[in-house]
Amino acid sequence: MDFPGDLKYTKEHEWVKEGDDNTVVIGITDYAQDSLGDVVYVELPQEGATLTKDEPFGVVESVKAVSDLYAPLSGTVVEVNDAIIDSPESINEEPYGDAWLLKVELSSTDELNGLINAEEYKAFTEEEK
Amino acid sequence: MTEENKITPLHETHKAHGASFVGFAGFLMPVKYKGVISEIEAVRQRAGLFDVCHMGQIELTGSGALKAANYLLSNDVLKVAEGQCQYTFACNVSGGVLDDIVLYRFSDERVLLCVNAINTEKIYTWAVDVLDNKGFSDTVKITDLSENYAQLALQGPYAEKILEKLMPAVVKSLRYYRFTELELYGDTAIVSRTGYTGEDGFEIYLDPENAVKLWQDLMEAGEEFALEPCGLGARDTLRLEAGLPLYGFELSEELTPIEAGLKRFVSFTKGEFAGSDVLERQKEKGVEKILIAIEMKERGIPRAGYELYAGDEKAGHVTSGTFSPTLDKAIALAYVSSRHKDEKSFFIDIRGKMREAAKVVAPFYKREKNAKAAAL
Repeated sequence: MDFPGDLKYTKEHEWVKEGDDNTVVIGITDYAQDSLGDVVYVELPQEGATLTKDEPFGVVESVKAVSDLYAPLSGTVVEVNDAIIDSPESINEEPYGDAWLLKVELSSTDELNGLINAEEYKAFTEEEK
Repeated sequence: MTEENKITPLHETHKAHGASFVGFAGFLMPVKYKGVISEIEAVRQRAGLFDVCHMGQIELTGSGALKAANYLLSNDVLKVAEGQCQYTFACNVSGGVLDDIVLYRFSDERVLLCVNAINTEKIYTWAVDVLDNKGFSDTVKITDLSENYAQLALQGPYAEKILEKLMPAVVKSLRYYRFTELELYGDTAIVSRTGYTGEDGFEIYLDPENAVKLWQDLMEAGEEFALEPCGLGARDTLRLEAGLPLYGFELSEELTPIEAGLKRFVSFTKGEFAGSDVLERQKEKGVEKILIAIEMKERGIPRAGYELYAGDEKAGHVTSGTFSPTLDKAIALAYVSSRHKDEKSFFIDIRGKMREAAKVVAPFYKREKNAKAAAL
């Protein structure tokens, strides 16, 4: 199981990568894709949509299960990874790479402080098992 | 992990194969090993091995066994020969399904019922009661043998070739929905050409003490055919692709076999049986709702409980839905009001969005008879 040190995490199993100009990239973690199993469907908001921290913004589905995606931060969607709509299986293959979900412009960088680091997230997943 | 779940004799074997587990009908069962899609592909193209030890087995013995079975169950046991299996229902007085069952007719004095894990106790208690009330108790003995049998299912186009290595004398001549008894590891076992995947395949009932040995021998015999252990996740999607109902979803005590579109497993000629009044009436007068098969025309996966609309009108709800890796589309079974049964197009409310689905004829997937297994 991979927990890259340069990312921030949420207890809803999303990762956040800080970029320039108040933007972040978000995706789901290796632990999340592994628990879900083969991802066959992804539904994401459109560019321009507003995300509210802790509110559902989309879903990922495996053959058998539906999982809500919860916004790790509040902001506006500036880019959607359309490629994963057509090849949702890439979430299983590269959860931290090509299978990012959204690029989001934050409404407030303060919310970044509420995220947990790789070590804390790893410890959290071990408790969950 | 839920403590009260029972484990099967194969639990440690599954762990060694890297299985993840799920609580199902009081048992801790493997839900997947490598991955649901890979397991489904194995069963469709090669072969898969399932632990189905959770299934229950109830035996009727004695001079009245056949008559008792014919009173308890919807299908006509006299229509099958010794050594033959039969799909049938146990129904309550309202015609509602208490369980869907595979019956094994051994002889005039012995019938074995393979029942769903979740219903084993219920069916046993109910059958004891009915047999008492109907005066069968003197001539029929009913026994819950679930603890005495482990059950494995070997499914897929290479199933015959694999099992033949272990049971050369019986496998080739065993036709669909037939069974035989044989000696295996010094004990009597039952092997039937049955399953729940829509593929050719076998189910083996044996002494739980021999379950691990059989599992290992099958895995070894299946190695050259890339046999894969498969979990309940794959099993559920395989059965849905094959259009097979699952108790608790398409079947329940509130739904009859007629409503489920399974009238052909109900005998209207054999005389009275549990629930026959209502079933007879439904056959004559029709039913208010009916099970249909649908596939998605737009994005989205229908799931159990999602509502179906015909135009603006609510028409019914989905009972099972999945993405089908075999067909590369989303499929579902759903109950709709009978007045909508001729509609060709429905909308499914998927998390607040209306997505179009088309009615299709089940099964979604049908194996080609005598199809060649995939080249390895």
